Amino acid sequence: MTPRMSPKRRRLWLLVGSLGVLGAAVALVLTVLNDNIVFFYSPTQVAEKHPGPERRFRLGGLVEQGSVNKNGQEVRFTVTDLQKTVPVVYRGLLPDLFREGQGVIAEGTLGPDGTFTARDVLAKHDENYMPPEVAKALKESGRWQEGAGKK
Amino acid sequence: MASLHVLANPARFRRFSQKVLPVLSGATALVLAVGLYLALVESPPDYQQGETVRIMFIHVPSAWLAMAGYALLAGLGAALLVWRHPLAALMARAAAPVGAVFAAVCLLTGSLWGRPMWGTYWVWDARLTSMLLLFFLYLGHIALSRAYDDAERGDRAAAILALVGVINLPVIKFSVDWWNTLHQPASVMKLGGPSIHPAILTPLMVMAAALLLLFVVLVMVRTETEIDRRRLDAAERAQ
Repeated sequence: MTPRMSPKRRRLWLLVGSLGVLGAAVALVLTVLNDNIVFFYSPTQVAEKHPGPERRFRLGGLVEQGSVNKNGQEVRFTVTDLQKTVPVVYRGLLPDLFREGQGVIAEGTLGPDGTFTARDVLAKHDENYMPPEVAKALKESGRWQEGAGKK
Repeated sequence: MASLHVLANPARFRRFSQKVLPVLSGATALVLAVGLYLALVESPPDYQQGETVRIMFIHVPSAWLAMAGYALLAGLGAALLVWRHPLAALMARAAAPVGAVFAAVCLLTGSLWGRPMWGTYWVWDARLTSMLLLFFLYLGHIALSRAYDDAERGDRAAAILALVGVINLPVIKFSVDWWNTLHQPASVMKLGGPSIHPAILTPLMVMAAALLLLFVVLVMVRTETEIDRRRLDAAERAQ
Protein backbone atom coordinates (compact mmCIF):
# COMPACT_ATOMS: atom_id res chain seq x y z
CA MET A 1 0.00 0.00 0.00
CA THR A 2 1.12 3.52 -0.71
CA PRO A 3 1.91 5.59 2.35
CA ARG A 4 -1.06 7.76 3.31
CA MET A 5 -0.80 11.49 2.98
CA SER A 6 -1.78 13.55 5.97
CA PRO A 7 -5.19 15.22 5.55
CA LYS A 8 -3.56 18.64 5.39
CA ARG A 9 -1.22 17.63 2.58
CA ARG A 10 -4.08 15.97 0.73
CA ARG A 11 -6.22 19.10 0.98
CA LEU A 12 -3.31 21.25 -0.13
CA TRP A 13 -2.69 19.12 -3.23
CA LEU A 14 -6.40 19.02 -3.98
CA LEU A 15 -6.45 22.81 -3.82
CA VAL A 16 -3.35 23.24 -6.00
CA GLY A 17 -4.71 20.71 -8.49
CA SER A 18 -8.15 22.29 -8.78
CA LEU A 19 -6.70 25.77 -9.16
CA GLY A 20 -4.37 24.49 -11.88
CA VAL A 21 -7.24 22.91 -13.82
CA LEU A 22 -9.41 26.00 -13.35
CA GLY A 23 -6.58 28.28 -14.48
CA ALA A 24 -6.01 26.18 -17.60
CA ALA A 25 -9.74 26.24 -18.39
CA VAL A 26 -9.94 30.01 -18.03
CA ALA A 27 -6.80 30.45 -20.17
CA LEU A 28 -8.34 28.29 -22.93
CA VAL A 29 -11.65 30.16 -22.86
CA LEU A 30 -9.92 33.54 -22.99
CA THR A 31 -7.71 32.40 -25.87
CA VAL A 32 -10.70 31.20 -27.87
CA LEU A 33 -12.64 34.40 -27.16
CA ASN A 34 -9.62 36.57 -27.97
CA ASP A 35 -11.29 38.18 -30.98
CA ASN A 36 -14.34 39.18 -28.96
CA ILE A 37 -12.43 40.56 -25.99
CA VAL A 38 -10.37 42.89 -28.18
CA PHE A 39 -11.89 46.32 -27.80
CA PHE A 40 -10.86 47.77 -31.14
CA TYR A 41 -9.12 46.94 -34.41
CA SER A 42 -6.00 48.74 -35.61
CA PRO A 43 -5.87 50.00 -39.23
CA THR A 44 -3.63 47.02 -40.09
CA GLN A 45 -6.20 44.57 -38.66
CA VAL A 46 -8.96 46.39 -40.57
CA ALA A 47 -6.99 45.97 -43.78
CA GLU A 48 -6.59 42.24 -43.07
CA LYS A 49 -10.18 41.54 -42.01
CA HIS A 50 -12.13 43.68 -44.53
CA PRO A 51 -15.22 44.14 -42.34
CA GLY A 52 -18.38 44.55 -44.43
CA PRO A 53 -20.09 47.94 -44.78
CA GLU A 54 -22.93 46.78 -42.49
CA ARG A 55 -20.70 45.67 -39.62
CA ARG A 56 -20.18 48.12 -36.77
CA PHE A 57 -16.82 47.91 -35.10
CA ARG A 58 -14.30 50.05 -33.26
CA LEU A 59 -11.23 51.41 -34.96
CA GLY A 60 -8.29 52.41 -32.78
CA GLY A 61 -4.97 54.11 -33.38
CA LEU A 62 -3.27 57.47 -33.32
CA VAL A 63 -4.72 60.60 -34.87
CA GLU A 64 -2.21 61.37 -37.62
CA GLN A 65 -0.33 64.65 -37.27
CA GLY A 66 -1.83 67.40 -39.42
CA SER A 67 -4.75 65.30 -40.56
CA VAL A 68 -7.53 66.92 -38.51
CA ASN A 69 -9.84 68.99 -40.69
CA LYS A 70 -12.84 70.66 -39.06
CA ASN A 71 -15.66 71.84 -41.28
CA GLY A 72 -18.54 73.12 -39.16
CA GLN A 73 -19.92 70.11 -37.27
CA GLU A 74 -18.02 67.67 -39.43
CA VAL A 75 -14.52 66.51 -38.49
CA ARG A 76 -12.27 64.56 -40.79
CA PHE A 77 -9.06 62.94 -39.57
CA THR A 78 -6.84 59.97 -40.29
CA VAL A 79 -6.24 57.11 -37.84
CA THR A 80 -2.86 55.45 -38.13
CA ASP A 81 -0.95 52.62 -36.46
CA LEU A 82 2.24 53.87 -38.13
CA GLN A 83 1.83 51.18 -40.83
CA LYS A 84 -1.63 51.59 -42.33
CA THR A 85 -4.07 54.47 -42.15
CA VAL A 86 -7.86 54.81 -42.30
CA PRO A 87 -9.62 58.13 -43.05
CA VAL A 88 -12.44 58.90 -40.61
CA VAL A 89 -15.37 61.27 -40.85
CA TYR A 90 -17.35 62.20 -37.72
CA ARG A 91 -20.13 64.60 -36.84
CA GLY A 92 -20.42 65.49 -33.18
CA LEU A 93 -18.56 66.53 -30.05
CA LEU A 94 -15.00 65.35 -29.50
CA PRO A 95 -13.65 64.39 -26.04
CA ASP A 96 -11.16 66.67 -24.25
CA LEU A 97 -8.16 64.48 -24.95
CA PHE A 98 -8.78 64.28 -28.70
CA ARG A 99 -5.76 65.79 -30.42
CA GLU A 100 -3.24 65.04 -33.12
CA GLY A 101 -0.70 62.41 -32.14
CA GLN A 102 -2.94 61.03 -29.38
CA GLY A 103 -4.75 57.71 -29.26
CA VAL A 104 -8.35 57.59 -30.41
CA ILE A 105 -11.05 54.94 -30.71
CA ALA A 106 -13.90 55.48 -33.16
CA GLU A 107 -17.00 53.32 -33.40
CA GLY A 108 -18.81 53.10 -36.70
CA THR A 109 -18.78 51.45 -40.11
CA LEU A 110 -16.34 51.26 -42.98
CA GLY A 111 -17.77 52.53 -46.25
CA PRO A 112 -17.06 50.96 -49.66
CA ASP A 113 -14.71 53.85 -50.46
CA GLY A 114 -12.56 52.95 -47.43
CA THR A 115 -13.73 55.91 -45.33
CA PHE A 116 -14.75 55.09 -41.79
CA THR A 117 -17.95 56.86 -40.71
CA ALA A 118 -17.75 57.24 -36.94
CA ARG A 119 -20.86 57.49 -34.78
CA ASP A 120 -18.87 57.78 -31.56
CA VAL A 121 -15.32 58.94 -30.85
CA LEU A 122 -13.43 58.17 -27.62
CA ALA A 123 -10.00 59.49 -26.72
CA LYS A 124 -7.46 56.94 -25.51
CA HIS A 125 -5.07 58.15 -22.87
CA ASP A 126 -1.52 56.80 -22.85
CA GLU A 127 0.34 55.68 -19.73
CA ASN A 128 2.61 58.73 -19.51
CA TYR A 129 2.08 61.28 -16.78
CA MET A 130 4.16 64.45 -16.41
CA PRO A 131 3.85 68.15 -15.58
CA PRO A 132 3.38 70.51 -18.57
CA GLU A 133 6.87 72.04 -18.14
CA VAL A 134 8.49 68.61 -18.47
CA ALA A 135 6.53 67.83 -21.63
CA LYS A 136 7.59 71.20 -23.05
CA ALA A 137 11.24 70.58 -22.18
CA LEU A 138 11.14 67.11 -23.73
CA LYS A 139 9.68 68.52 -26.93
CA GLU A 140 12.27 71.30 -27.08
CA SER A 141 15.18 68.95 -26.53
CA GLY A 142 13.90 66.67 -29.29
CA ARG A 143 13.56 63.67 -26.97
CA TRP A 144 9.79 63.60 -27.40
CA GLN A 145 8.45 60.39 -28.88
CA GLU A 146 4.98 60.78 -30.31
CA GLY A 147 2.77 57.90 -29.30
CA ALA A 148 5.74 56.15 -27.70
CA GLY A 149 3.57 54.16 -25.35
CA LYS A 150 1.07 53.13 -28.00
CA LYS A 151 1.10 49.52 -29.08
CA MET B 1 -12.98 22.27 25.41
CA ALA B 2 -12.87 22.26 21.63
CA SER B 3 -14.17 25.83 21.46
CA LEU B 4 -11.36 26.98 23.73
CA HIS B 5 -8.86 25.63 21.28
CA VAL B 6 -10.59 27.43 18.42
CA LEU B 7 -10.29 30.72 20.27
CA ALA B 8 -6.62 30.26 21.08
CA ASN B 9 -5.31 31.91 17.96
CA PRO B 10 -7.90 34.68 17.67
CA ALA B 11 -7.19 35.58 21.29
CA ARG B 12 -3.50 35.97 20.50
CA PHE B 13 -4.42 38.10 17.48
CA ARG B 14 -6.59 40.28 19.67
CA ARG B 15 -3.81 40.95 22.16
CA PHE B 16 -1.49 41.78 19.27
CA SER B 17 -3.95 44.05 17.46
CA GLN B 18 -4.81 45.99 20.59
CA LYS B 19 -1.15 46.73 21.06
CA VAL B 20 -0.43 47.90 17.49
CA LEU B 21 -3.75 49.50 16.50
CA PRO B 22 -3.21 52.87 18.27
CA VAL B 23 0.19 53.26 16.57
CA LEU B 24 -1.14 52.17 13.17
CA SER B 25 -4.16 54.46 13.40
CA GLY B 26 -1.95 57.45 14.19
CA ALA B 27 0.37 56.60 11.31
CA THR B 28 -2.62 56.28 8.96
CA ALA B 29 -3.93 59.73 9.89
CA LEU B 30 -0.50 61.28 9.46
CA VAL B 31 0.39 59.65 6.12
CA LEU B 32 -3.11 60.29 4.76
CA ALA B 33 -2.86 63.99 5.67
CA VAL B 34 0.54 64.28 3.97
CA GLY B 35 -0.67 62.27 0.98
CA LEU B 36 -3.77 64.37 0.47
CA TYR B 37 -1.75 67.58 0.74
CA LEU B 38 0.75 66.32 -1.86
CA ALA B 39 -1.99 65.00 -4.14
CA LEU B 40 -4.38 67.94 -4.00
CA VAL B 41 -2.06 70.93 -3.47
CA GLU B 42 1.61 70.17 -4.10
CA SER B 43 1.54 68.09 -7.26
CA PRO B 44 1.48 69.75 -10.67
CA PRO B 45 -1.29 69.26 -13.23
CA ASP B 46 -0.66 66.77 -16.02
CA TYR B 47 0.37 68.02 -19.47
CA GLN B 48 -2.61 66.29 -21.10
CA GLN B 49 -5.23 65.82 -18.42
CA GLY B 50 -4.75 69.05 -16.47
CA GLU B 51 -6.19 68.92 -12.95
CA THR B 52 -8.21 65.79 -13.69
CA VAL B 53 -5.03 63.75 -13.09
CA ARG B 54 -5.66 64.15 -9.34
CA ILE B 55 -8.43 61.55 -9.53
CA MET B 56 -5.65 59.03 -10.15
CA PHE B 57 -4.27 59.54 -6.63
CA ILE B 58 -7.37 57.82 -5.25
CA HIS B 59 -8.22 55.63 -8.22
CA VAL B 60 -4.93 53.75 -8.63
CA PRO B 61 -4.26 52.94 -4.93
CA SER B 62 -7.90 51.81 -4.61
CA ALA B 63 -7.42 49.45 -7.54
CA TRP B 64 -4.22 48.06 -6.02
CA LEU B 65 -5.84 47.54 -2.63
CA ALA B 66 -8.96 45.98 -4.13
CA MET B 67 -6.68 43.44 -5.84
CA ALA B 68 -4.38 42.97 -2.82
CA GLY B 69 -7.46 42.58 -0.63
CA TYR B 70 -8.75 39.83 -2.88
CA ALA B 71 -5.36 38.09 -2.82
CA LEU B 72 -5.61 38.27 0.99
CA LEU B 73 -9.10 36.70 0.85
CA ALA B 74 -7.76 33.87 -1.31
CA GLY B 75 -4.81 33.32 1.05
CA LEU B 76 -7.20 33.25 4.02
CA GLY B 77 -9.45 30.88 2.08
CA ALA B 78 -6.53 28.48 1.59
CA ALA B 79 -5.56 28.83 5.26
CA LEU B 80 -9.11 27.91 6.25
CA LEU B 81 -9.66 25.02 3.84
CA VAL B 82 -6.20 23.45 4.04
CA TRP B 83 -4.94 24.23 7.52
CA ARG B 84 -8.30 24.98 9.23
CA HIS B 85 -6.78 28.10 10.70
CA PRO B 86 -9.46 29.46 13.06
CA LEU B 87 -8.54 33.11 12.57
CA ALA B 88 -8.68 32.91 8.76
CA ALA B 89 -12.46 32.74 8.49
CA LEU B 90 -12.93 35.67 10.84
CA MET B 91 -10.40 37.83 9.06
CA ALA B 92 -11.93 36.97 5.66
CA ARG B 93 -15.33 38.15 6.93
CA ALA B 94 -13.66 41.32 8.13
CA ALA B 95 -11.67 41.98 4.95
CA ALA B 96 -14.28 41.30 2.24
CA PRO B 97 -16.44 44.44 2.73
CA VAL B 98 -13.33 46.63 3.00
CA GLY B 99 -12.00 45.25 -0.28
CA ALA B 100 -15.41 45.68 -1.88
CA VAL B 101 -15.43 49.35 -0.92
CA PHE B 102 -12.00 49.88 -2.48
CA ALA B 103 -13.16 48.14 -5.66
CA ALA B 104 -16.25 50.37 -5.75
CA VAL B 105 -14.15 53.50 -5.20
CA CYS B 106 -11.85 52.40 -8.04
CA LEU B 107 -14.80 51.88 -10.41
CA LEU B 108 -16.55 55.14 -9.47
CA THR B 109 -13.47 57.37 -9.64
CA GLY B 110 -12.43 55.74 -12.90
CA SER B 111 -15.85 56.42 -14.32
CA LEU B 112 -15.71 60.08 -13.25
CA TRP B 113 -12.28 60.39 -14.86
CA GLY B 114 -13.40 58.62 -18.02
CA ARG B 115 -16.25 61.01 -18.78
CA PRO B 116 -14.11 64.12 -19.40
CA MET B 117 -10.99 62.28 -20.65
CA TRP B 118 -12.26 59.43 -22.80
CA GLY B 119 -15.68 60.90 -23.49
CA THR B 120 -17.59 58.10 -21.75
CA TYR B 121 -18.37 56.92 -18.21
CA TRP B 122 -18.10 53.26 -19.07
CA VAL B 123 -17.05 50.87 -21.83
CA TRP B 124 -16.99 47.09 -21.78
CA ASP B 125 -13.30 46.66 -22.40
CA ALA B 126 -11.27 43.87 -20.80
CA ARG B 127 -9.82 45.97 -17.95
CA LEU B 128 -13.07 47.62 -16.87
CA THR B 129 -15.08 44.42 -17.19
CA SER B 130 -12.60 42.31 -15.19
CA MET B 131 -12.50 44.99 -12.48
CA LEU B 132 -16.31 44.99 -12.30
CA LEU B 133 -16.13 41.20 -11.99
CA LEU B 134 -13.76 41.64 -9.01
CA PHE B 135 -16.35 43.87 -7.34
CA PHE B 136 -19.04 41.23 -7.92
CA LEU B 137 -16.74 38.51 -6.56
CA TYR B 138 -16.43 40.56 -3.37
CA LEU B 139 -20.22 40.91 -3.16
CA GLY B 140 -20.58 37.17 -3.76
CA HIS B 141 -18.09 36.46 -0.98
CA ILE B 142 -19.97 38.70 1.45
CA ALA B 143 -23.33 37.16 0.53
CA LEU B 144 -22.08 33.57 0.57
CA SER B 145 -20.39 33.86 3.96
CA ARG B 146 -23.72 34.96 5.42
CA ALA B 147 -25.93 32.57 3.46
CA TYR B 148 -25.95 29.68 5.97
CA ASP B 149 -27.33 29.48 9.50
CA ASP B 150 -24.17 27.62 10.38
CA ALA B 151 -21.47 30.32 10.13
CA GLU B 152 -18.72 27.78 9.49
CA ARG B 153 -20.44 26.42 6.38
CA GLY B 154 -20.72 29.98 5.08
CA ASP B 155 -17.02 30.55 5.79
CA ARG B 156 -16.04 27.47 3.77
CA ALA B 157 -18.31 28.27 0.83
CA ALA B 158 -16.94 31.82 0.71
CA ALA B 159 -13.38 30.49 0.93
CA ILE B 160 -13.95 28.34 -2.16
CA LEU B 161 -15.34 31.36 -4.03
CA ALA B 162 -12.30 33.41 -2.98
CA LEU B 163 -9.95 30.75 -4.36
CA VAL B 164 -11.86 30.36 -7.64
CA GLY B 165 -11.97 34.13 -8.13
CA VAL B 166 -8.23 34.51 -7.68
CA ILE B 167 -7.91 33.56 -11.39
CA ASN B 168 -9.36 37.00 -12.12
CA LEU B 169 -6.40 38.84 -10.56
CA PRO B 170 -3.84 38.13 -13.32
CA VAL B 171 -6.59 38.79 -15.87
CA ILE B 172 -7.13 42.28 -14.40
CA LYS B 173 -3.41 43.01 -14.20
CA PHE B 174 -2.53 41.86 -17.72
CA SER B 175 -5.82 42.67 -19.48
CA VAL B 176 -4.28 45.84 -20.87
CA ASP B 177 -1.36 43.86 -22.34
CA TRP B 178 -3.19 40.77 -23.61
CA TRP B 179 -5.95 42.64 -25.40
CA ASN B 180 -6.21 46.16 -26.69
CA THR B 181 -8.42 48.14 -24.36
CA LEU B 182 -9.62 51.69 -23.91
CA HIS B 183 -7.94 51.68 -20.50
CA GLN B 184 -4.31 52.74 -20.66
CA PRO B 185 -1.56 50.16 -19.99
CA ALA B 186 0.38 50.01 -16.71
CA SER B 187 2.31 53.15 -15.73
CA VAL B 188 3.91 52.14 -12.44
CA MET B 189 4.34 48.38 -12.16
CA LYS B 190 5.89 47.55 -15.51
CA LEU B 191 9.20 46.50 -16.98
CA GLY B 192 11.53 49.41 -17.61
CA GLY B 193 10.31 51.50 -14.67
CA PRO B 194 7.38 53.85 -14.23
CA SER B 195 6.38 56.27 -16.97
CA ILE B 196 5.11 58.80 -14.46
CA HIS B 197 7.13 61.88 -13.66
CA PRO B 198 8.46 61.88 -10.04
CA ALA B 199 6.40 65.00 -9.26
CA ILE B 200 3.25 62.96 -9.90
CA LEU B 201 4.61 59.54 -8.84
CA THR B 202 5.61 60.65 -5.31
CA PRO B 203 2.11 61.76 -4.22
CA LEU B 204 0.72 58.59 -5.78
CA MET B 205 3.03 56.38 -3.72
CA VAL B 206 2.34 58.32 -0.50
CA MET B 207 -1.40 57.98 -1.12
CA ALA B 208 -0.91 54.26 -1.79
CA ALA B 209 0.93 53.91 1.54
CA ALA B 210 -1.82 55.86 3.32
CA LEU B 211 -4.63 53.76 1.88
CA LEU B 212 -2.69 50.55 2.58
CA LEU B 213 -2.40 51.60 6.24
CA LEU B 214 -6.10 52.45 6.25
CA PHE B 215 -6.89 49.02 4.80
CA VAL B 216 -4.81 47.26 7.48
CA VAL B 217 -6.37 49.28 10.31
CA LEU B 218 -9.92 48.67 9.06
CA VAL B 219 -9.34 44.94 8.62
CA MET B 220 -7.79 44.64 12.09
CA VAL B 221 -10.61 46.53 13.81
CA ARG B 222 -13.21 44.51 11.93
CA THR B 223 -11.43 41.24 12.75
CA GLU B 224 -11.57 42.13 16.45
CA THR B 225 -15.31 42.69 16.05
CA GLU B 226 -15.74 39.34 14.31
CA ILE B 227 -13.84 37.60 17.12
CA ASP B 228 -16.11 39.24 19.69
CA ARG B 229 -19.19 38.33 17.70
CA ARG B 230 -18.15 34.68 17.40
CA ARG B 231 -17.50 34.59 21.16
CA LEU B 232 -20.93 36.06 21.90
CA ASP B 233 -22.57 33.48 19.62
CA ALA B 234 -20.68 30.69 21.35
CA ALA B 235 -21.66 32.02 24.77
CA GLU B 236 -25.32 32.29 23.75
CA ARG B 237 -25.33 28.76 22.40
CA ALA B 238 -23.72 27.46 25.58
CA GLN B 239 -26.52 28.86 27.73
